[in-house]
Amino acid sequence: MTEKFDAIVVGAGPAGSAAAYVMAKAGLSVLQLERGEYPGSKNVQGAILYSDALERIIPEFRDEAPLERNIIEQRVWMLTDKSHVGFDFRSEEFNNDKPDRYSIIRAQFDRWFCNKVKQAGAMVICETLVKALIENEHGRVIGVTTDRDDGDVFADIVILADGVNSNLARVSGYRNELENKNTALVVKEMHFLRSDIIQNRFNINEKEGVAIEVVGTLTRGKIGMGFIYTNLEFISIGIGCMVGDFQKGGLTPYGLLDELKEHPSVKPLLISSEMKEYSAHLIPEGGYNAIPKIYGDGWMVVGDSAGLVNSIHREGSNMAMTSGQFAAETVIALKKEFKSFSEHNLARYKIALDNSYVIKDLKKYKRMPNFLHKNRHFFTLYPELISEAIATILRVDGIDKKSKGKQIIRSFRKGRGLFGLIADSIKFVRAIR
Amino acid sequence: MSNNVEEKLFQNRYLLDKENTHIRIKNLDLCRTSCSQPCTFSCPAACYEKTEDGNIELMTDGCLECGTCRIICPNNNLEWSYPRGGFGISFKFG
Repeated sequence: MTEKFDAIVVGAGPAGSAAAYVMAKAGLSVLQLERGEYPGSKNVQGAILYSDALERIIPEFRDEAPLERNIIEQRVWMLTDKSHVGFDFRSEEFNNDKPDRYSIIRAQFDRWFCNKVKQAGAMVICETLVKALIENEHGRVIGVTTDRDDGDVFADIVILADGVNSNLARVSGYRNELENKNTALVVKEMHFLRSDIIQNRFNINEKEGVAIEVVGTLTRGKIGMGFIYTNLEFISIGIGCMVGDFQKGGLTPYGLLDELKEHPSVKPLLISSEMKEYSAHLIPEGGYNAIPKIYGDGWMVVGDSAGLVNSIHREGSNMAMTSGQFAAETVIALKKEFKSFSEHNLARYKIALDNSYVIKDLKKYKRMPNFLHKNRHFFTLYPELISEAIATILRVDGIDKKSKGKQIIRSFRKGRGLFGLIADSIKFVRAIR
Repeated sequence: MSNNVEEKLFQNRYLLDKENTHIRIKNLDLCRTSCSQPCTFSCPAACYEKTEDGNIELMTDGCLECGTCRIICPNNNLEWSYPRGGFGISFKFG
């Protein structure tokens, strides 16, 4: 069998399906390969979908896609062992015709997206693992080897959307191994509850949702973050830390998740729920400085496999779709101009990314990963100090407020020192500037 | 395997490939003699267990295919790939 396509896309997550859809829609012959039983069966996300990136590819997606709750409220909780200090933002503005974020179920969403790819005319084959890239004598990628009999297939361009582990680019020597200090391991459980109970517990109406992001002493100085998201009939609860931190020992991923579930601010949300799935996933959190080479002769990398995640803003699937779209548009343009898919010509893909929010945002936060590594007290000391400060103010105990103010200032100076506090503020502002 | 992980994994759907294992330890001696064995506490599915004689026992049945073990292995002592197409974890929700 020597079948040849215009393009092969490896993977049926948001990045791969965006790329395959845009190319198929433009009339190219596209083969999309997915190793899972069905699209989405290997894919894990929180999962909040940001509308904008998808809307640019499928403007009518709201009428068709399996969307769960429109997220109208975002909460950020800073936890200590016994308390949380929270910041909420909720607005009726989020309740418009075109909500900008939804909770989704990836197994359903990815299936829908990949169906769109099929409808656009691409060939989609599941249960097929791509084992290696096929290069010609000049080192140009000309196809892929799969684990099926007679499993070699050929194409003018191969788009690698094979996820965070980026196996193909790594095995082909196009990139290095993920760094353990820049890769987060997240574990998650789905807790099922009646939808009206979820609505009561989170103070929301039908179809409305809440997203809670959690930081604090829970991760015991490990760089990490938890989350609690509402779906229609379940609550997703997860927590992640840098792989390098787990490697040092002291806490297991599942132990950490169980501790989050037991926290006094979290536990009542989950009472009498039924846990129906446990998943784990890596997130490339190295940001701008960790982005590998994303194109070469006959190949491009998109989404998680290109490390396109903004961990500060919890954005990834949107960047995946945008990068898939740009890669596809590069292919379409070069085809039209009868140009080859040489590394030189594919540079357009990177230029498109550089000029978009994807690389601009990652550049803005490029100092952040390093900042967090060097300032672990942000995860431990500050939640404690702030929680204690608020408790001090609220306590009615016969001590006058002025003395309480002094007491709080003393506790901050004692905990971190005046110069430490000033240095932290400067470093923090610099890291996000 | 720690009990609460087993309970968690029990909820998941797997299509087990009885003929192949997708992760293999290259040199077992290396695990015993010169390794802090982070796989035994970092794997989210607790696939790696330390036996009484200090060896590492690898059971990939509950594997969530995350890749953590490959990244953390101090001796780069794993042959790591995904399961054959159609096999392994199959998330109902994801």
